[in-house]
Amino acid sequence: MSHILTLTTFAPLVGALAILILRAVAGKSGEQAAGRSALWIALGTTVATFALSVIMLAQFDAKSAGFQFVEDARWFSMIHYAMGVDGISVLFVVLTTFLMPICILASWSSIRQRLVEYLIAFLVLETLMIGVFTAMDIVLFYAFFEFGLIPMFLIIGVWGGKNRVYAAYKFFLYTLLGSVLMLAAILSMATIAGTTSIPALMQYHFAPHLQILFWLAFFASFAVKMPMWPVHTWLPDAHVEAPTAGSVILAGVLLKMGGYGFLRFSLPMFPYASTYFTPLVFALSAIAIVYTSLVAFRQTDMKKLIAYSSVAHMGFVTMGVFSGNLEGIQGAVFQMLSHGVISGALFLCVGVVYDRMHTREIAFYGGLADRMPWYAATFLLFTMGNVGLPGISGFVGEIMTMTGVYGSTSAAGTWTALVSASGVILSAMYALTLYRRVMYGAITNPKLMTITDLDVREVVIFTPLIIGALALGIYPHMALSFTEASVANLVSVWRAGVGG
Amino acid sequence: MGFDSAHLIALPELVLALGAILLLVVGAFLGKRSMAVVSGGSVIVLLFAAIAAGLGAKGVAFNGAFIADDASVFSKVAIYIASAVAIFLGERWLTRIGNAKFEYPVLVVLAALGMGMMVSAGDLISLYIGIELQSLALYVLCAFQRDDAKASESALKYFVLGALSSGLLLYGSSLIYGFAGSTHFADIAAAASHGSVSAGVIFGLVFLICGLAFKVSAAPFHMWTPDVYEGAPTPVAAFLAAAPKLAAMVLFARVLAQGFAHAIPEWSQVVTAVALISVTVGALGGLVQKNIKRLLAYSSIANIGYALLGLASGSQQGMQAMLMFMVLYMIDVTGFFACLLALYRKGEPMETLPSLAGLVRVRPGIAIALTILSLSVLGLPPLSGFWAKFYVFRAAVSTPGMGWQAVYGLVFSVAAAFYYLRMIKTMWFDEPIGETDVPPADARIVALGAAAFAFPLVMIGLAFLDPLTAAAAKAFGLA
Repeated sequence: MSHILTLTTFAPLVGALAILILRAVAGKSGEQAAGRSALWIALGTTVATFALSVIMLAQFDAKSAGFQFVEDARWFSMIHYAMGVDGISVLFVVLTTFLMPICILASWSSIRQRLVEYLIAFLVLETLMIGVFTAMDIVLFYAFFEFGLIPMFLIIGVWGGKNRVYAAYKFFLYTLLGSVLMLAAILSMATIAGTTSIPALMQYHFAPHLQILFWLAFFASFAVKMPMWPVHTWLPDAHVEAPTAGSVILAGVLLKMGGYGFLRFSLPMFPYASTYFTPLVFALSAIAIVYTSLVAFRQTDMKKLIAYSSVAHMGFVTMGVFSGNLEGIQGAVFQMLSHGVISGALFLCVGVVYDRMHTREIAFYGGLADRMPWYAATFLLFTMGNVGLPGISGFVGEIMTMTGVYGSTSAAGTWTALVSASGVILSAMYALTLYRRVMYGAITNPKLMTITDLDVREVVIFTPLIIGALALGIYPHMALSFTEASVANLVSVWRAGVGG
Repeated sequence: MGFDSAHLIALPELVLALGAILLLVVGAFLGKRSMAVVSGGSVIVLLFAAIAAGLGAKGVAFNGAFIADDASVFSKVAIYIASAVAIFLGERWLTRIGNAKFEYPVLVVLAALGMGMMVSAGDLISLYIGIELQSLALYVLCAFQRDDAKASESALKYFVLGALSSGLLLYGSSLIYGFAGSTHFADIAAAASHGSVSAGVIFGLVFLICGLAFKVSAAPFHMWTPDVYEGAPTPVAAFLAAAPKLAAMVLFARVLAQGFAHAIPEWSQVVTAVALISVTVGALGGLVQKNIKRLLAYSSIANIGYALLGLASGSQQGMQAMLMFMVLYMIDVTGFFACLLALYRKGEPMETLPSLAGLVRVRPGIAIALTILSLSVLGLPPLSGFWAKFYVFRAAVSTPGMGWQAVYGLVFSVAAAFYYLRMIKTMWFDEPIGETDVPPADARIVALGAAAFAFPLVMIGLAFLDPLTAAAAKAFGLA
């Protein structure tokens, strides 16, 4: 199957069209019934997409650093429809397709209005996210990257909480401002290099002063997307207002586009500028880890707390990416995958109690472990994963990025590793405090007396996430073996680019 | 005088002129019930003219005053099609409101004739004739609802300010003629090539640019636009926002590229300034508008700014960008106005933003069309408006010294994004405020068609438009 990438990318879109047709056939009266069938179609589509991506992963040759399953057709002007995956992007594709069925299941009963539109938005979003990771033409990449804003804007704005409109605008305008600067750089690069093909642009050597400008333009976009301190302020708002599944996708996949962008564009295309700006990135990452951890500690809203902890964990990713050695970058990729699973699961955990009580105030809860033992166990596992307990995936990413940064040739590396290590303790502080306040103690709030433990659907949701977090934590080589060749290649390209 | 090659070159214009006269006679004889016949006839005349333009001879006629080349042919076909759509929309609308006067289609044909002259002008005289023929027809069209005070006001404003801009244009032309010694674009260029461009010619050029900026509604000569868009009958506003803008932009490009090919740095900086001011005014002015037609007016000011940025590049790539931008924008803006024509509540047009609340629940088809068009004009990939901007900014960044101007334009496109987003927010996030009337089929077809082109048909359309605009851009003779 040489077209497996196109199939995987556009399979969710086919599901969305099927739902659209179903809705049109059902008419105004059949909205309820159409909604139920649409859920099954959406679930089937996302599971099939996951299956396709697993087939792709099985056929993937992990020893090769180049792009595989390449498809290339001229579109117009210099732009091509070019798709391909390397060891880094293939795992992000699988992460996306893995989280999507879970998101659909998470929305099974919590979305009550306009379910059909909701599912269409999610399926379209899945196509766009996969497209971001598979595009091999920079303009095509930009199209996927940018259009993802619209479904997410609608998901936050239509199905979000009470302050949803503000959050939707903030999300949209922040990200758009970042990406138009990237667009300017893309256009300029295409003009100078005379091509929009990503592999060709990686080979092209831009002049140092141009690299600085382009790097900053790309940084504007990816830093907002990551998000890095100090442009992270849109994220807590977006997370708090988004429905649970929206938060899962936001934390699980959309944030990874920033890190992926650094790996795919900033490092190989602008090696000089990447070295030049490494201290800046290190400093911002260290600040993010310490500062947002402290901010997370002070939150009264569970989702906001996890959102801030995401920013802190993304700090490990950015510093790992710019460490410039195999351990650091491997760790950054691993940290992104692990964070995708763990933070997604944590948002789902919040969703479980939110669906029952319709509040995310930490003070509202307390003593849940009594009434909900299975829930408490699940929450504990992912809290520990978030803290970085060995055996769960979060540990591997953190230790690798810190080792990588410590071994970085940049003078700032040692200090950054030192400061970021404190983040491990800080994360234990806020995560365990959250756990204690929600789970332990006696139940003081009478409303909680009737709360029920996880139901079958929720168990089905959490099982793959638990397996994922433990599998990645116990046998990290499973994921690292895929990325190794590509990352090694990336490191050598960077070293060659700075002449060292 | 026999029928020679000059007449063949000007065949589309001859078809239109004779057709308009014939239709006027038909209308006068048939009287009040002739609207349908004359409108049908006008559309046929326009289609014949489009075919004549597409297949007709190319060359220079009437001592260089009239040029038929790839650029003029491309724009003429687009202009005639847009005019036919305007007749289609207007005829149905006027019939619905009981003002079915057959002069409407004839005036549109006459305006199309003027626009054809504009894109073919090779001389300051034919430039002026084209502009006036088009403008006079448009003034009358704006006042077509003659019992409506707002329409009359808008027509008067348009007329007075239009006359002022014609004055500027003529003053500039006379200066150029005085210093260059000719009204032919080629001769003006030749006069300038003998050495430095004389200050008198530059002086005249600036006046000429001001006059043309008026016609394309670029800031700071944009004041008439919101009032005219708001007051004019909606189908007329739809017409006004599309075809005349393309015609004026092509004329703009031709006079600058062919008449002042040796003064590119001089005019480029003026055009860049006008472009950036337009982008700013359009983006910021639109933020406070409640009326959708006024919003569209500011949006068109901003978008003309982008088209002018392509023009300001002063390169063949820039000309292609300008043509591409204008054609894609024309389709979007026609779709926008068609949506407005489709949206009535209890017989009253829904022209304010709050009236669109929750539209996606009430009229999903039109609401989704409006959403697609908004996103397209906002410039989100892969919708048509993005590719329009893509071409413009690519041309700008590849022109030395224009990189930062491009970044400026891009940043302001984010400011403009705010008001398109507000429209989407109103339609999607707010609670519906009541049923709307059943949309008329004509407006619906055009609205859905334009939206379908904006996405996804544009993905195929670009593969055709790219070589066409590239060939057309070559005709301007720039490097």
